[in-house]
Formats: sequence, structure tokens, C-alpha cells
Amino acid sequence: MSLPETVPFLGWAWDDLLFLFFAGALLGTGLMVVIGRNIIRSGLWMICCFGALAGLYVLLGAPLIAAAQVLIYIGAISVLVLFAVMLTQSKSGPVGLVFHHQAWAGALAALGIGILVAVVVAGTAWPLAETARTPSPTEELALLLFRDYVLPLEVVSVLLLAAVIGGVFLAKREREPEETIVPAEPARERMPAPAPAVGTRELTP
Amino acid sequence: MSGSLQSYLILSALLFAIGTFGFLARRNAIAMLMSIELMLNAVNLSIVAFGAFIPALRGDAAIIALMVMAVAAAEATVGLAIVIAIYRNSRTPLVDEYDRMRQ
Repeated sequence: MSLPETVPFLGWAWDDLLFLFFAGALLGTGLMVVIGRNIIRSGLWMICCFGALAGLYVLLGAPLIAAAQVLIYIGAISVLVLFAVMLTQSKSGPVGLVFHHQAWAGALAALGIGILVAVVVAGTAWPLAETARTPSPTEELALLLFRDYVLPLEVVSVLLLAAVIGGVFLAKREREPEETIVPAEPARERMPAPAPAVGTRELTP
Repeated sequence: MSGSLQSYLILSALLFAIGTFGFLARRNAIAMLMSIELMLNAVNLSIVAFGAFIPALRGDAAIIALMVMAVAAAEATVGLAIVIAIYRNSRTPLVDEYDRMRQ
């Protein structure tokens, strides 16, 4: 069984239907992320938004980018955001006021940026804008990444390492110096053997 | 519709505008970080669209999009760690209550 050439009853190409579906899902879920009252639900809508964007990447003929989108955004960043949400919410539940008092200025600015970019996009004659899309093979990407872009790749890897170390350092619980050092001194005198300094410090409040 | 660069770019502009509004208007710091992720995704969508419609940019656009994803992951890590560190001191995730330096 094969699909008909165009969408039944509508006469559109399948690509147009998929584009409309993914575009609507992208904008709708993006709006839900921004205006949602419950921050957990905002995070879950954000996952849906990333999924719709992965569908658009497939539609654009970039399956590797779509796979990376699913792995990195849906798999890693969303989980990170949800964990941070759960670590930072107070017990009183969602706050009454979601937006700032000056939110109308932000809305004006966002509207201005959107209209400006849309007008510029519509008014520019893009070169080769109507050519047929050709999917980029993964092999070519690998050659490009590990031959022409080796230096940016290494820089990005160093950046990721620095981000990991920085994240651990920032989120680490700091010990107050005057509370921990003073009880730790007699503990070390009593036990001169390899005293687990970390353990004794954790026992003292 | 799906065969033109303009439609993808306008979609990307709308998503970027949504992210801008969320970043400027939300009170919760993590919601602001989510809006930044939306803006980064909008930029990525336009990069991939350029790569798909302009053959000379085909491989480079994909590489740049992957780099943007890696930088976004690093940004999310450090940003959320900063939010958690601030929350530990001030016990609130709302940015308009971070007024210790004003007092």
C-alpha cells in the first residue's frame, strides 16, 4: 500500500501538511512554555517543542541534526531543566504572579523583533531560495567535522569540560569555615590515623 | 510552502520572538533559561534551513548547528548551577526578589 501523491480532500503535498503540523506544534508549545503558570508543565511543553523542531529538521533533510536534537535537547537539557525546577521550587506551589509588572514592555519588544525579522526575511531576495533540497550525507559531515573543523571541535570539547567543572563548583554546597574547621581540629587530634576528614566534617552540622 | 526558505525563516523569527518575550517577562529564573533555550533553537532552525536551501552551505550549516547545540548544553549547565546556587542563599527562584545588592 502506498500513499497517494497529495493529501486526500485537500490537494496539498505531504510535505506542506507536515510542515504546517510541525510549525503549528512548535509555535503552540513554545507559547505554552512561555505563558504557562506551572513551571513543571512549562518544562514538559518545552520537550514537545523540541520534538516538533526535530520533525522540522527531518523535513529539512538533516536527519543527523534531528537525532542530535533528540539526544541533546530532549534527552539531556530537558532533564537538567526539570531537575533544576524540582530543586528550586518552594513548597507553596506555583506563584500567583507569573510575569513581571513590566511584562507589556517585554511583549512590545518581542513583537517588534518578530515583525522586524519577518519583514526583513520577506523583503530580501534570497539566493537559490527555490532549489530542491538535497539531504546531506552523514559521511560528508563526518569528514568535514574531523578534517576542516577539528579546531572548533576541540575548543567545544574544552568548553564542555569547563562547563562540567564550573557546574559542579557552582552547585556544590559550601561549608561555612568557622563552623566546620573548629570541630574538625579535635577530631583530628583524637584520631591521628587517616581520619576521614570529609566524613567528620559532614557529621558536624 | 514547505519548499521555500522564507517560511522556515519566518517560523524561526516567530519562535525567537516568543523566546524573547519569555525571557523579558517571566519572573522565574528557570523559565527565563527555558526561554533562552527557545531562542537558541530558533537560531538553530534558521541555520539548518539555510543549509538545506543553499547548497554551498550544506555541510557547514550542519556543523555550526551541532556546535550551537554543544554551547547550549554548556550554557544550560552553568546557568542552572548558578540558579541553584542563588536559590540556596535566597530561597526563592523569582528574579525580582533578588534585591540583596540594592539594599
